[in-house]
Amino acid sequence: MDLRFTPEELAFREEVRTFIRENLPADTRDRMKLGHPPRKEDTVRWQRILNAKGWAALSWPKEWGGPGWSAIQKMIFLEENLMAPAPELLSFNITMLGPVLLQFGTEEQKKRYLPRAANLDDWWCQGFSEPGAGSDLASLKTAAKLDGDHYVVNGQKIWTSTAHNADWCFLLVRTDPNARKRQEGISFLLVDMKTPGITVRPIISIDASHHLNEVFFDDVRVPVERRIHAENKGWDVAKYLLGNERTGIARLGKSRERVSSAVSMAREVNFGGKPLIEDPVFRQRVAQLQVDMKALEITQYRVVSAYDKAKGAGKPDPLSSVLKVKGTELLQATSELAVDVSGPYATPIWAQELEALNEPDDMMEASSAGTGGYLMLRAASIYGGTNEIQKNILTKAVLGL
Amino acid sequence: MDFEPSDDQRLLVESVTRMLGDTYGFTQRKGYMALKEGYSPAVWAQFAELGLLGLPFAEEYGGFGGGAQEVMLVMQAFGRVLVLEPYFSTVVLGGTAVNVAGSAAQKQAILPAIAEGSLKLAFAHGERQARYDLTDVVTTAKRNGSGWVLDGSKTVVSHGEAADKIIVSARTGGDRYDEDGITLFLVDAGAAGVARRGYLSRDDTRAADISLSNVSVTEADVLGGVGQGLAVIRRVVEAGIAASAGETVGAMEAMNEMTLEYSKTRVQFGNPIGSYQVVQHRLADMFMTQEQGRSMAMLATMSIDNPDEASRTHDIALAKVGIGQAGRYVSQSAVQMHGGIGMTEEYAVGHYFRRCMVIERLFGDPAYYLAKLAAEVG
Repeated sequence: MDLRFTPEELAFREEVRTFIRENLPADTRDRMKLGHPPRKEDTVRWQRILNAKGWAALSWPKEWGGPGWSAIQKMIFLEENLMAPAPELLSFNITMLGPVLLQFGTEEQKKRYLPRAANLDDWWCQGFSEPGAGSDLASLKTAAKLDGDHYVVNGQKIWTSTAHNADWCFLLVRTDPNARKRQEGISFLLVDMKTPGITVRPIISIDASHHLNEVFFDDVRVPVERRIHAENKGWDVAKYLLGNERTGIARLGKSRERVSSAVSMAREVNFGGKPLIEDPVFRQRVAQLQVDMKALEITQYRVVSAYDKAKGAGKPDPLSSVLKVKGTELLQATSELAVDVSGPYATPIWAQELEALNEPDDMMEASSAGTGGYLMLRAASIYGGTNEIQKNILTKAVLGL
Repeated sequence: MDFEPSDDQRLLVESVTRMLGDTYGFTQRKGYMALKEGYSPAVWAQFAELGLLGLPFAEEYGGFGGGAQEVMLVMQAFGRVLVLEPYFSTVVLGGTAVNVAGSAAQKQAILPAIAEGSLKLAFAHGERQARYDLTDVVTTAKRNGSGWVLDGSKTVVSHGEAADKIIVSARTGGDRYDEDGITLFLVDAGAAGVARRGYLSRDDTRAADISLSNVSVTEADVLGGVGQGLAVIRRVVEAGIAASAGETVGAMEAMNEMTLEYSKTRVQFGNPIGSYQVVQHRLADMFMTQEQGRSMAMLATMSIDNPDEASRTHDIALAKVGIGQAGRYVSQSAVQMHGGIGMTEEYAVGHYFRRCMVIERLFGDPAYYLAKLAAEVG
């Protein structure tokens, strides 16, 4: 046991921090400091900068452009990137599609899709959830029928994040409606979003943003060579995808960034005739969050260092469910803190009309963006397997019930 | 970073666990509670034989040269069975004080005796008016020729009755709350003027109030620099927090295992209660809390040797809050999940509950450390 960072790990953190400080475009940084989510162009530009440095394809092998980092180094990078704050790597490309192609893809599929995914030349989205298949993913109904050398896809996906930005979609479809078990009739397809028959319809979420979509498939023809792994074996691929990459799942850097943003705003706003930062109740709330963040930070390093020790060969660590639950609870608690600090300024929606009315007003803009983040992060305990599902997983995997 | 125990550490845990498996069944433990010492001298001798009593001491003093990690692992094993013996007061608290502040002669006189099992210590710092404030010392030590005379009283001294020597803090200068002017003394438990009133604590261990009336000690009994005791006391407290955090982890593991087992066997409405999702989710929460608590015990352990005082104090405070809250949640949940049987003295879970409750209050509770952390915000 050595519970300290090695000098190499500390030096690595410094290297990452310096690189981000020197290379993150100023306009991206300024917007994100105010709490805005990154725009599409922010994400694309930053991922290309990172990819040029060899830092984008995080957990991919070196031959496919990966940085060859240990899990702890990855963790450090993800933390620093979130705390900057800088746009996150597009998880659909980097932590979902990439590892799936590396595990199940043919050489040709890897060559065709991996480099473009790393450089964000293709923006991918995830076609999993359906109106009737949320946490119970295996009940999905979107059908794919073989017709010569094409599948013909019909059905509907929902909650498809960034489908409106996407060039490609990795899609779970039912290829055998008569399979003995529901999980056995599912296949995993790669679909070009420009294919005729695809309709993307926005779902505006409670933060007033367009992040989510419904995607309709109407006789969409997908070449057979765009299937990953064997027909009717798509569930294995999906399980691998969902269990594979949990390193950054707690997004602790984001929680830390929310707290430090709240603390700096608390110096500017008054409470009882004094700066809010002087209020003991506020300070105690921050202190409690620091306790919880520290516990999660160490649990997270325990998980990733075990991963490094096992050379990544082990099964997904059930502790990663702890990271998901505790991480999202903290994302919600810290973004809630930020909104509470904003007080009445949390309510206006910063949009073109307000921008036109006001002189630049960082406080109002940051408050509005902070509220947007708070509202959006209610989804954190829902996506990627709800926290209730995570507890079911823990109950089975760890407790054996 | 590397969280895996070394091979030596693994062997240590195995041998301690094996020994406790033979000696520390819950029924055996009840037997020890009934002895006049309130613990088992025979088990204490086994600790000595296994090398546990000298674990954190240098080899030149009959020890094994272990560190905070080894102590944490042993305390974790102790927490799993609720060890009653005065290990914490003797080896962790007393041992740390002597290790940190003792002269070579004092170390030579004390540490080998602890290691072989012939000397037990108690750490008598807390006073009736002080609550958790480490600087609130009004017991006095006045110069008398070449020695000192102590007057005052100490309260809730863990294993105060069992101790052969008592480490007493007293004011040799300054006023109540002053950081300077506190001095530590090694006092023979049998010295004239020392009176001990023992009582049972909620965790089944014994504690004592100790009064000191005109107690004479020599210059050689001063532990560390005159007036410089607070820094030593803080190190002792930090070591105590780390070790008892490890103990809490062991207690949480035991409670969670007990509760899980109970949920598989207790049938209500025709099914084991563990088949109900509402119970399962509580168990999942208990497990998550245990793991977050384990992380905090590790934080405390990795912090106590950090030479940077500000960051050490900060991290210890974070850990103390986290482990205290974790222990409280798991204990309360464990009793709740057991239902009526969890309320009985006969059943083990309540004893774990009460041990965690006592540890939570040791050297400051979560509210106390949260207030310290809050003061640093911004």
